[in-house]
Amino acid sequence: MKFAYYPGCSLETSGKEYDLSTRAVSKHLGIELTEVPDWSCCGATAGHSTSHLLALALPARNLALTEETGLDVTAPCAACYQRLALACHELKQNPQLREKVNEITGRPFHGKIKVISILEVISSVGLEQIRAQVVKPLKGLKIAAYYGCLLVRPRAIQIDDPENPQIIEQIMQAAGADTVDWSHKTECCGASLAVSNEEVAIPMVSRILKAAALSGANCLVCACPLCHFNLDMRQLKVNRLRGTNYYLPVFYFTQLLGVAMGLNPQDLSLHTHFVDTGQVLKLVG
Amino acid sequence: METIRLNESEDRDFIERVSRESGQAVENCYQCGKCTAGCPVAFAYDLMPHQVMRMVQMGLKEEVLRCQSIWLCASCVTCTARCPRNIDVAMVMDTLRIMARRKGMIPPGRGRNVALFNNNFLRSIQKYGRLFEFATMAMFNLKTGQPFREADTGLTMLRRGKLKLSVTKPRGLEEINRIFEKVRQAEKEV
Repeated sequence: MKFAYYPGCSLETSGKEYDLSTRAVSKHLGIELTEVPDWSCCGATAGHSTSHLLALALPARNLALTEETGLDVTAPCAACYQRLALACHELKQNPQLREKVNEITGRPFHGKIKVISILEVISSVGLEQIRAQVVKPLKGLKIAAYYGCLLVRPRAIQIDDPENPQIIEQIMQAAGADTVDWSHKTECCGASLAVSNEEVAIPMVSRILKAAALSGANCLVCACPLCHFNLDMRQLKVNRLRGTNYYLPVFYFTQLLGVAMGLNPQDLSLHTHFVDTGQVLKLVG
Repeated sequence: METIRLNESEDRDFIERVSRESGQAVENCYQCGKCTAGCPVAFAYDLMPHQVMRMVQMGLKEEVLRCQSIWLCASCVTCTARCPRNIDVAMVMDTLRIMARRKGMIPPGRGRNVALFNNNFLRSIQKYGRLFEFATMAMFNLKTGQPFREADTGLTMLRRGKLKLSVTKPRGLEEINRIFEKVRQAEKEV
């Protein structure tokens, strides 16, 4: 299996755990990832909040660069995935708009490739195949799978049900973990407001942590660098500001998959989180 | 909320513009309130999402474009996913934000920093091709008069190799710059 790989800006910095673990796990599963040559930012929330045309043109440049490689593209970051997939969808649907955007980017995109989330790429290997690679089942872990918004909404690009998705649970169960049923798996964590209005984001993070704790989970698993940073870094803040005592390490699903497959912990960057992961990982042994 | 005189304030052109730019049949909203019930940021809004929809239907342009909610909307798209009338409410919010910005309106209250953050973010992309996280945050802190905001977080990130003090620039920087220029040009012609 071969895919073009669009890391996105966060995976070079605040979300480096996701980049490292995605590359390590993919390699182990025989998925070949080739970085999109000369990729640039997808525009994220700032882009679509400012101009519809800009929100198409910034991803379109990357789609065109990918198309030159002849591969479908995968983006681990949920925000990048949503922006690339939505632009791809809209440009395929509307040839007139595509022409207009191509004129702006100066790089023709013909609508011949697909944008696929890394969750779909990894689950396409097959749950049986994943199970066969597990050398260290994730016993002791009770996972609250957290999807957030960008992977399951809007409908045109959703990878699973927008209210009760299951794809992370399936992969984590294949790796030997228990998963919990809980209420807040697709509730927004407010990451896009966290810098500009932290006092609005804090209650949003707090509600998610509360729901996860009530469900009996001992960790959270996500597939988005923005959710990760918000739930990991702000968990300590929530505790400080609201007098709570949450201890819920936040993992990328690729990190735990790597643990289950016996990969080197250094390659999974398990030691760079804000909420220490050591105690929970001891349960796995 | 102040009294609104409908006979004086209905703006047909505004209703038509929002419908066209968002691609949504705003008249289809029957005020069930599902968007508001599911909105995770409603607790911080001045106008609830269903009120925004109703005010768009009534052509209350100034009132809608002057609210904080259009800026605080986190674009989580829950409203859209649950709308029984198939209206992309999140797209309407996006459209209103874009219109307010185009009109040069200064976002009120908490909206101000959202707009500031977005502008800084896009400036980074235009300048470097990718988001330079460190510089964007530092600039945001300076412009909001809180130079040491998140300084301890930044230090922890630096120690753990999660903060880069430089950015990898794509070779196609001129291309990206041209995209911004051409979008600006194309939007002036509308």
